[in-house]
Amino acid sequence: MQDRNHLASVKTTHQVKIIENGLIDIPMLQILQPDGSLHAQADTPDIAKETATRMLDVMQYIRILDERMVGAQRQGRISFYLASTGEEAAAVASAAALSENDMIMSQYREQGALAWRGYRTEQFMNQMFSNEKDPNKGRQMPIHYGDKALNFMTISSPLGTQIPQASGYAYGQKMAGKEAITICYFGEGAASEGDFHAGLNMAAVLHCPVIFFCRNNGYAISTPAEEQFAGDGIASRGIGYGVKTIRVDGNDPLAIYAATRRAREIALSDSCPVLIEAMTYRLAAHSTSDDPSGYRSKNEEEKWRLKDPILRLSKWLENKGWLDIDAFEKQKSQTREQVLAALKEAEKVPVNPIDDLVTDVLDHVPWHLKDQLQSLKQHIAKYPDNYPKTAGRIK
Amino acid sequence: MAKMNLLQAINNALITVMTEDERVMVFGEDVGHFGGVFRATSHLQEKFGKGRCFNTPLTEQGIIGFANGLAAQGSVPVAEIQFGDYIFPAFDQIVNETAKFRYRSGGQFSCGTLTIRTPYGGGISGGHYHSQSPEAFFAHCPGLRIVVPRNPYQAKGLLLASIRDDNPVLFMEPKRLYRASVCDVPEDDYELPLGKADIVQEGKDITLVGWGAQIEILQKAAERALEDGINCEIIDLRSIAPWDAETVAGSVMKTGRLLINHEAPLTGGFASEIAATIQDKCFLYLEAPVARVCGLDTPYPLSHEKEYMPDELKTYESIVKTMHY
Repeated sequence: MQDRNHLASVKTTHQVKIIENGLIDIPMLQILQPDGSLHAQADTPDIAKETATRMLDVMQYIRILDERMVGAQRQGRISFYLASTGEEAAAVASAAALSENDMIMSQYREQGALAWRGYRTEQFMNQMFSNEKDPNKGRQMPIHYGDKALNFMTISSPLGTQIPQASGYAYGQKMAGKEAITICYFGEGAASEGDFHAGLNMAAVLHCPVIFFCRNNGYAISTPAEEQFAGDGIASRGIGYGVKTIRVDGNDPLAIYAATRRAREIALSDSCPVLIEAMTYRLAAHSTSDDPSGYRSKNEEEKWRLKDPILRLSKWLENKGWLDIDAFEKQKSQTREQVLAALKEAEKVPVNPIDDLVTDVLDHVPWHLKDQLQSLKQHIAKYPDNYPKTAGRIK
Repeated sequence: MAKMNLLQAINNALITVMTEDERVMVFGEDVGHFGGVFRATSHLQEKFGKGRCFNTPLTEQGIIGFANGLAAQGSVPVAEIQFGDYIFPAFDQIVNETAKFRYRSGGQFSCGTLTIRTPYGGGISGGHYHSQSPEAFFAHCPGLRIVVPRNPYQAKGLLLASIRDDNPVLFMEPKRLYRASVCDVPEDDYELPLGKADIVQEGKDITLVGWGAQIEILQKAAERALEDGINCEIIDLRSIAPWDAETVAGSVMKTGRLLINHEAPLTGGFASEIAATIQDKCFLYLEAPVARVCGLDTPYPLSHEKEYMPDELKTYESIVKTMHY
């Protein structure tokens, strides 16, 4: 057995010196300026025209979907919604830098990543209307998407639980010899959960090919970042855990794309985790249950509207001659129509038959659930008017 | 007296106790300036300062661990867990620490001053993660009180008693009643007893036991049963741990029948404990098996929420069946 020396890399000092400030300055990668021009010192973006224009399309698609669904919630058509307005770049540009084989484990504000993977409007709608076409069988609140075919893990509401899971998933990918990584999205608030610390530490120690992607959007519901942590953001913690780390401008799609691409290469080639902290701003309310006017000013929000990632990328594309403005505008109105049509369609689809209440609890339906289902069906059959969603389909 | 909803009654109780006792501190996610996502802690920060009402980072295990330390030091923490569904990261702190502090130290230290407030229960289209009723997990753990109010009047009196009681209390608030339940609440200080059930309605044919938001379900079912000439006695347990077996047994000896209703799944739910105790205490008085009307043994659903819930009709059916056993 080899002797160990856990002091091998510890330097000695002879003065009492308490470390008060961070020793490392963590800059924020920015490639595009808010007006869409490239920073003079920035590397020329290595991105294909097709990728860049699709990024813009998907971001714009999500902006419209969010607007429409917030409206639908206000009309009482769905029970809940959670918009990603102003943060579209974080999810879309990072997903664009991945391979389709990579697993996405998201929090709940990354609909852009799912749209990038090809999730269709009717699929979004089926989930939000909890109808029988939702692959999750209508069991979760709106926006808790999941799609195995697209390598998008079904979302769970408890915060941060996906972080250590992502480490485990990535370890499994590595052990199975897959050319794939896991990306794990979460917010700066969720990074206060114990699971964040467990997940990063385990990924570092066990060499897991995982990208931890933190959207630092300044607010956890009403709690501002300065009441969430006292250190230098989330990036400083990655360094503490021995995780390779980069901080990017979360409203700069090209910076996010470049950083995520590099992170993926490193995660795969070195078999290790990488932490990306994307600095952005939650322009939307936390959810449709929230009203930010109670805890932040309109003026503050306005400053961030000027940093709109969609505007930023569209300007760059325009300057480059890659943007067909007429087609882009036309697509906006088409998207609005398409969203509305899909919404109307999904509203009409019934919920799952009552038998699906008891499936998937285990891999089979055990005796006691069969009994419970049987009595429930008899009860519904006796009072069909009181259970209109399911009574008509009782066999 | 003032008309208050359940949130206002809780807010009023917190103001009462924070005014009287400087050691009381209220904290949790978003409870500070914002006043909590349900606004139960509105204006407390303005009135009592940031030192006594504050936001915490988003970590339930941290909130309860911190609260345990504060309680052990002699302060009076009232910690909020935003949803009962999110209490589980704090399970270790509650089960292994809060509940055992006094016992393991031979009574030298305790978390007796701690009260944990958390909204629970369904009926709000909240799916798995905004609807659960986790009382039975905690009822299985010796060393905790569990208290559930059914209306604003009960909420204020029970919360004041919980905060002042020298035992850790898990105070579970039925969130579907937060704004829906309104009644007269004294503006003055008052307490309602912990560990004591409340006979909400007297009757002679069958005893119906529940707590929290299910009490109104029992009342509606009892009204329906009355049309059939069935006279129900309704008991609000109020405290799940320790619970008032004496009052329930006394009632069952009178009626000869017992039905228990809770939202949580049937298996291992607190109804099982009540049923076992009552068959022990009242075996020769029972005219029918103890009935349980509960959630199904599935995770809390969304699109089938109505079908899942132990509603008025299921309760009524079970009353009739028990009567005709």
